[in-house]
Amino acid sequence: MSDVSFVRTEMLAEQAPPATSVGVVGWLRANLFSSWLNTILTIISLGFIWYILAGLIPWVFQSVWNANSLTECREIMAATWGKTHGHACWAVINERWLQLLYGFYPPYPITPEVNVGDSTGFLPAYLRPNLAMVLFLVAVAPVLYSDIVPRQLLIVTAAYPFLLPWLMWGGTIWAPIMVAAGLGIGYLGYRFLSPVIGALGGVILAILLPVIWWMFLSGAVAGAIDSVIPIGIAEVESRKFGGLMLAVLLGIVAIGVSLPIGIVLALGRQSDLLIVKGLCVGFIEFIRGVPLITLLFVASTLLNIFMPPGTNFDIILRVMIMMTLFAAAYMAEVIRGGLAALPKGQYEGADSLGLNYWQAQRLIIMPQALKISIPGIVSTFIGIFKDTTLVSIIGLLDPIGLSQGIRSNAAWNGIYWELFAFIALVFFVCCFSMSRYSMYLERKLRTDHR
Amino acid sequence: MKKSVFLGALTIAGLAAGAVAAGTLDDVKARGKLNCGVSTGLVGFAAPDANGEWTGFDVTVCRAVAAAVLNDASAVEFVPTTGKTRFTALASGEVDMLARNTTWTFSRDVDLKFEFVGVNYYDGQGFMVPKDLGVSSAKELDGATVCIQTGTTTELNLADFFRSNNISYEPVPIETNAEAQQQYLAGACDVYTTDASGLAATRATFESPGDHVLLPEIISKEPLGPLVRHGDNEWGDVVRWTLNAMITAEELGVTSANMGELAAGTNNPEINRLLGTEGTLGEMLGLDAEWAQRVLAVGGNYGEIFEKNIGESTPIGLARGLNAQWTDGGLLYSPPFR
Amino acid sequence: MTTITDPPKEQFRLSMLIYDTRYRSMTIQVVALIGFMLLAAWLINNTIQNLTELGKPVEFGFLVEPSSYDINQRLLEYTSRDTHLRASFLGLLNTLVVAVLGCITATVVGVLVGVLRLSNNWLIGRIMTVYVEMFRNVPVLLWIVLAMAILIESLPAPRAFRGEDATATMNLNDTVAVTNRGIYIPEPLFSRSLGDVHIFGQSSLRFDISLDLIAILIVLGASVFAMRRVAARANAVQEATGDRPTIWYIELGILFIPMIALLVALGFHLGYPELKGFNFKGGTHLRNSLIALWLALSLYTAAFIAEIVRGGILAISSGQTEAAAALGLRPGKIMRLVILPQALRVIIPPMISNYLNLTKNSSLAIAVGYMDITGTLGGITMNQTGRELECILMLMLCYLAISLSISAVMNWYNERVKLVER
Repeated sequence: MSDVSFVRTEMLAEQAPPATSVGVVGWLRANLFSSWLNTILTIISLGFIWYILAGLIPWVFQSVWNANSLTECREIMAATWGKTHGHACWAVINERWLQLLYGFYPPYPITPEVNVGDSTGFLPAYLRPNLAMVLFLVAVAPVLYSDIVPRQLLIVTAAYPFLLPWLMWGGTIWAPIMVAAGLGIGYLGYRFLSPVIGALGGVILAILLPVIWWMFLSGAVAGAIDSVIPIGIAEVESRKFGGLMLAVLLGIVAIGVSLPIGIVLALGRQSDLLIVKGLCVGFIEFIRGVPLITLLFVASTLLNIFMPPGTNFDIILRVMIMMTLFAAAYMAEVIRGGLAALPKGQYEGADSLGLNYWQAQRLIIMPQALKISIPGIVSTFIGIFKDTTLVSIIGLLDPIGLSQGIRSNAAWNGIYWELFAFIALVFFVCCFSMSRYSMYLERKLRTDHR
Repeated sequence: MKKSVFLGALTIAGLAAGAVAAGTLDDVKARGKLNCGVSTGLVGFAAPDANGEWTGFDVTVCRAVAAAVLNDASAVEFVPTTGKTRFTALASGEVDMLARNTTWTFSRDVDLKFEFVGVNYYDGQGFMVPKDLGVSSAKELDGATVCIQTGTTTELNLADFFRSNNISYEPVPIETNAEAQQQYLAGACDVYTTDASGLAATRATFESPGDHVLLPEIISKEPLGPLVRHGDNEWGDVVRWTLNAMITAEELGVTSANMGELAAGTNNPEINRLLGTEGTLGEMLGLDAEWAQRVLAVGGNYGEIFEKNIGESTPIGLARGLNAQWTDGGLLYSPPFR
Repeated sequence: MTTITDPPKEQFRLSMLIYDTRYRSMTIQVVALIGFMLLAAWLINNTIQNLTELGKPVEFGFLVEPSSYDINQRLLEYTSRDTHLRASFLGLLNTLVVAVLGCITATVVGVLVGVLRLSNNWLIGRIMTVYVEMFRNVPVLLWIVLAMAILIESLPAPRAFRGEDATATMNLNDTVAVTNRGIYIPEPLFSRSLGDVHIFGQSSLRFDISLDLIAILIVLGASVFAMRRVAARANAVQEATGDRPTIWYIELGILFIPMIALLVALGFHLGYPELKGFNFKGGTHLRNSLIALWLALSLYTAAFIAEIVRGGILAISSGQTEAAAALGLRPGKIMRLVILPQALRVIIPPMISNYLNLTKNSSLAIAVGYMDITGTLGGITMNQTGRELECILMLMLCYLAISLSISAVMNWYNERVKLVER
């Protein structure tokens, strides 16, 4: 047997891939020029990008930052770049950015007489709105990043609904404390009186007692304590609210208050009780069927007519009420989605444990449904936050409303793009980061492996 | 005084009926602040500056009333209102008075139940066109595209004018002055029409104001003035005579500069009555004797306020025209202080 | 020994209303109903009391007063002497126009962008991502205002077309004029027109229907019907003999010959826009306000639709694509025949709410001066008459009716394409 067959006994060394399929060239070929169609599309896109940037970049960067009026801006532009118009006058932002962010909110609202701080210089400017914002982030952190942030911070979350109005509107600290005390009174009433008068009486009392307390006593008690131990900060009227702060505040209030209302509506919509269901469906579909602007018209022109004669609360509060109702309908749908996504076994499991309806909701259903709903809640928040721009149509001074006020100052009359560009940028940064968070969360919550 | 706004919100349901009743004057005094409705921004008439202070011709009227009633020209809460919200804001009591270039018309006075206390600016609707269009009269505007601001009487006047002259036009309704200005400058409309004061103010801020002309036709009467709710005559009187005090002071030559010296007493009994050194006019209004002095201390007399905010020395550069004193051939004519 | 006794006959006690589950739900419902009625009564009572105090009783008589203002973009004839009701009616039509146009464009753009975001061309994918993120994260009000401003600033004014040294020219062989007042396109005209039918006589809701249009539609319908018959016959022949007769020229003939004959009989010609005086005359004028609103709304909504479409496509498991590829289908066909039909089921429900959003967002027309129903009934009419309650009530009812009809239609469609589960 002759050994003629040839069998390779060792592997050939790997050859380097062709130069055209690796590195930059390879990437370009695979991603930009993989076919004729793709090549054409790539070239068109490049041309489009070039066209946009060629117009935009000189406008944005060859611009005037320091001037006192549009006329001065134009003079500087004419002196620097000749008589062309393609330059931005950012001086208006330079002069008014604080106003666009905070409206007319006083920078140093802490009055000397309450001995908390000097009226100027001691505390950083806009301490209160900024603190309210920071505390908001702290308050939502344990909910949004439940795996990183310690649960103890939930105390801030619980206290925030009372802290926010106090920080923004000011006044004595006893007022929010007394309002919070109402909840405590309700709980104590339920705890100690229900053994005496039965569970139902306890529930009724737990609702009735705080209402009586809030309506008739809390104001007087807060006033009495305040006269003994005066701790408070200067009051700020809501008319001073404006700018981006107003948009954020409206968004936070609308979402925060609408969350419990939305839960109730969602449960009502899912319930077997025909009338309750009908009322909830009617409310949700009505609110979702009309544009926000009509609800804002209601806030600006009709809400006072619906209230008892002589009641008068200011426009910002009215807008908050209408935006809350608006958000509640959308929130109800988001939570309904969360409830629907729960497997039926969860309900059945709760039933088999012998839990009653509310126990099942509180211990089993809601914690899971709400967790699933968080991305939806965040996108509702983004939507509401963007929709706050509509309040400019009824004369509130949100960034867009303020831009009109700024333009009617003789110095800046005629300025147009710069203000809108700034506002659009601010909104983009806020909404974009929120939507990124929402996407991260969705990825985290997605448990199916695909 | 409410303890806190949100406490108030919680107790809305508890707010019983019948809490109103008291007159606006007492309300304002009790509150220590005057709520004054102004426009969301109109060059020369009302605009917030970089510090958030409102300034302008209409704004000064608010400040003057606050000075007369509350002895503090800064005790004013300015409530920006749009064309849509202004009347409800006043009717619902959200504002005590409206000083927002509002035209005094029959239906607003009678049907909407407001009381115009006087006129602080006599205006009329005019047209502005680019010079190179070669138009010299509004009657030549057949087929033109016209920019108008909505929510005002302008669109009604315009429809009436073109209809009665039997010429066609294309209206472009626009929400704000800034957008109208932009459209007009870009040539998206041939003509811009609004109150003549607004046109002048707008033209003044153009890069080349000389390229645009105001047509001679003034197609409407627009008496702009402050207004209050119907049926509260004491309050109406206060606002009316605050305005009249500013007008009379100009007629009598009382200025913010010479007021101090005139307040010591003069030979002119009307000046004395105005400044409170003679008679009891202030008391009749429910105010003190020096009320008019405080009014004039805010920004001076009518003429001074005019010059400072919209007059020929400002970029807006409006001439007095109809708004001159009756002694100078204008329409300003205050009833006597007697 | 035990005795079995009947359980004692249950007496109805008041406490059973609460503790007995049989009655409890009834109790809760009754309490809820009473609560709701009390609230409603309280609100209505307050309203009546307030309105009497203001001296403005609720009445709709103002609707038949002359409106005294003009509307530029209108589908029906209207003058400033017409009533407020007619102005509102025209506004409602304008709302519907922009809503329908917007929904169609948003769907087309949205589907295109959604598919292109998954494109294997890196640059295209990135551009589409930037587009989606830009539009989704900036308020629609800003986009509307910006779209208007861009149209006004970038397009030439009519006066640029005039004179010897005109800086702008008309497009497409002088038939289309693109100006910053809008786009003028040729309009169809009939020199031997059949006239109009007037519907609703002289009332505020009157409108005319062109008999020409009806004739064209009838002929078109008849042609399509005839074409179907021809195709059915061809199918029958194919079934019977195995050969399919060539019918495309017959079909073309059926479609075009009667239509051309009709158009010639009616004296059809196009009216071209022409620069006369201050403006272009003739042709159909699509005003800037409409275009800006249309563009902004559809691009804004398209960004959301693109995300929905992308999500829907990604939701189809890759096995489907691979199986289709194994059958030898090309990528375009895989998308059209396998992926999209399945993705559609995921896509449609969120799409409905986007159509609703677009329609509701069209109420921001007020920002660019497009006279939709918010601009007429909720704008000038409300301002001039001071009847806020009545105007806002009618406004809300109109939007509610539109929204409910859209969701009814879309839900019906959704039912049809839904996967029937067994």
